[in-house]
Formats: sequence, structure tokens, C-alpha cells
Amino acid sequence: MIIKILANGEQREAEVWPGASLLFLLREKLGLVGSKNACEQGECGSCSVWLDGELVCSCLVLAAQADGREVRTVEGLSSSEGLHPVQEAFLETGAVQCGFCTPGLIVAVADLLERDPKPAEGVIREALAGNLCRCTGYAKIIDAVNVAAKRMNK
Amino acid sequence: MDVLLPRSLDEALEMKASVPAAVPIAGGTDLMVELNFDRKRPEAIIEISRVPELKVWRRENGTFFLGAGVTYSQVVRDLPQFRPLIEASRTVGSPQIRNRATVGGNLGTASPAGDALPVLSAYDAEVVIVKAGRRTRRLPFAQFMTGPKKNALAPDELILGAQWRIVRGPGSFSKIGTRNAMVIALASLCLVVDEDAPTVRVALGSVGPTILRARDAEAFAAQAMDRAGVWKDPFASLPAKVIEEFGEHVAAAARPIDDVRGTAAYRGHACAVLARRALRWALDDRKLTVTR
Repeated sequence: MIIKILANGEQREAEVWPGASLLFLLREKLGLVGSKNACEQGECGSCSVWLDGELVCSCLVLAAQADGREVRTVEGLSSSEGLHPVQEAFLETGAVQCGFCTPGLIVAVADLLERDPKPAEGVIREALAGNLCRCTGYAKIIDAVNVAAKRMNK
Repeated sequence: MDVLLPRSLDEALEMKASVPAAVPIAGGTDLMVELNFDRKRPEAIIEISRVPELKVWRRENGTFFLGAGVTYSQVVRDLPQFRPLIEASRTVGSPQIRNRATVGGNLGTASPAGDALPVLSAYDAEVVIVKAGRRTRRLPFAQFMTGPKKNALAPDELILGAQWRIVRGPGSFSKIGTRNAMVIALASLCLVVDEDAPTVRVALGSVGPTILRARDAEAFAAQAMDRAGVWKDPFASLPAKVIEEFGEHVAAAARPIDDVRGTAAYRGHACAVLARRALRWALDDRKLTVTR
């Protein structure tokens, strides 16, 4: 079936098997490979995107459920002017090792800071509970959230 | 595989009547896992996440109706008056999951580990079921969930929501698992105090084929609170030994098995721990209401 979405502000469409997920549509049909396919069961958060402004695991959204709706992915966070402050913060604090969890985490962090510009540590941890990282031990990721929060609140 | 896209409840019900094999998808947090791993290949899927009539809630005549399509995030944000329901909703998966998953889905999947289910059981909730022509029927929760991943829905029916008489009194939901997020409970417990009855209600998850009510423990607690004068005076104390016995009664109601999440012995122990904590929290909360 043909699925039409507004992806990072651009009208896109593609044909997928009806049982395909939004993640599959994004990666395999629309070339938006920033969102990662790791667990395929909503446990790791590496596929995190915004669907109509809400943070979701795209592996758990049926592509048909996104038809006619707005999807923002990690690709939408940077522009020709440069990286998003959250992306800058991750690079500066050393919160990126293998980088596989990074896009999903950046989306989740950006989502958190949009809603809560100066989150306390407990709030950060709960907000990022849906994103797994096997490399960093999370400490530098928390640092990155604080650095980004400071920058974005200037 | 067909994907049916109703825009209203009536359209969804007509579609379900003509394609009874169509599997409903709302949040997709259970069904998409089955699809992604090739464990299910339904001949049709009916997408109901955008059916507006499922996304409502309302108070009416001392009861509360929660639509099947309300997400856990919405519950946490918009229904603060139902503390056990908020606490259960907040423990579901992760923020990404909670933005999509629904109580209706918990009912549809009917897993004994579903976090909202002990709450619905302790609330003595009814499941409101609907089919084409808006013909509705209601089933007490215990009759709706008939076994692990089994419910009493007919193929031409959808879950409209859950409805319960609003209970006056404190309560809580808690669960035990290997992590503090993204965790399926190996034991969960909802305790609700009904000040008007007065009774204590205790429902257990993940320790039986369905959600279990610890009836003996409920009676024991109510009588113990009566003997100690606690119903009349929230500041009267319940002896520690009584709370311990309550825990043992709750554990005795559990029917756990050994599985990947834990042993039966540990799960029984976990029920006793959860029970003691929940009762203590409720007794402490009863003291707070006196000063308001």
C-alpha cells in the first residue's frame, strides 16, 4: 500500500507491504537511515522518532498508522546551519562511542528539553528510560543533557 | 494482508462485523512485536488508534469511564485522581511506549503481567464491549480475562473501555522486576481501600493464569483494621505482626510458576513484600486525609 507522510517538513510517499513498520518505511523506502533498527520490539529506543509531535518507537508504529501524518526524525534536527545543540552537546561530552544508540537518544533528549528545559537528574533518567546504550554507561549522556539544557536556555 | 482504516467507531464496528478475523491495532506495542518477528500474520488488521470515540473519558453518576484508546501518557497527565492507575501507567515500558500503548490494549492482550489489569481488578471494573449497531455489553473484569492471553471478546466485538465505581480511599500499584523501567513484572500488586464499605481490595498480577484477588487477605485486613479501631481512627496503629500476617495471606493467594522472569518461590515472597508495603502506604495515606 502507498503511505504518504510529511517527513521532516517534506511530503514523501512510498509503497510498502501493509504489515511494515514506520521504521521500515523510513529506512528502506525513504532513505532516512538515521533511525536505527536494533531490537524491533520497542525495548531499545534506537528507532525513536516524533509522530505528530509525540516521541514514539517507529518499529512499533504500523506504516499505515503514519499515513497522512507528520514524522520528524533525527535527520530533521540538523540543518545547513549546523548541528542541533543536543547533537553538539553529545559530541563535546564524549557521549558517543559506537554511536548506534545516539540518534535515538538525541531524539529522546531533544523531546525532553522541548518539554522540560531544565530537567532534574531523576527526570532525565526517567525520560531516557526507553533508550539503551551498551557502551557509555550513560554518565556522559546525562552530562550531555545538562550541557544542552544550559545552551538551549541562553 | 489488508489494513482497514476506519475513521469512526461505527465504521470500525461495521468493518469488524464484515471481517471478524481483522486484528485491532491501537498503540501497536504488543501486535507490532508479533508482526516484526513473524509470529503473527493476520489476514487483516483494523487500525483503531485514530477512532475518536475510544479516546474519551468521563465521570458519570459516581462512576468513571476510561476509553480503550486513551494512552498511558494521557492517563498519567490527565487523570491524577486515580493514583493506582497513574502508578501502574507510569511503570509501563518507556515514554515512547506510553505515548502509544493503551489500557484497551492491556485488556485485548490479556496478559497476566499487564500493568493496568490489577488496577482494573481492584477497582472492580467492568469491561465495556461494543459491536455493530452500538450494541454494548458489560463484563466484570474477572469474567473478561479468562486465561493467559485469553479474553471473552467475540470476533465481531471491540473493547470500548473500562468503567468502575469511583472508590473513596487511598491505594497504590507496585511491581517487582529486574529493572526499574522497561520491565515486565514478575509480581505486581494493586491495593485499594474502600472507606465506604469499608473493605480492602488486593489484586495480584504475574502470579497466576489471570489477575488474582486475594480475598482471604482482604477479609483479614478489614477485620484486623476493625479490631484495632483503624477504620474509625486513622492514627490507631496496626501491629507489625498483623501486617506480616496480611503479607502471608496475600502470598498464599498467589499461584505463581517458575519461568524466565523468576521462580515461583521468589514470586510468592515478592507478593508478601508488596502486600506489606502497600498496606503500610495506605494506612499512612489515611493519616494524611485527616489534616486536609
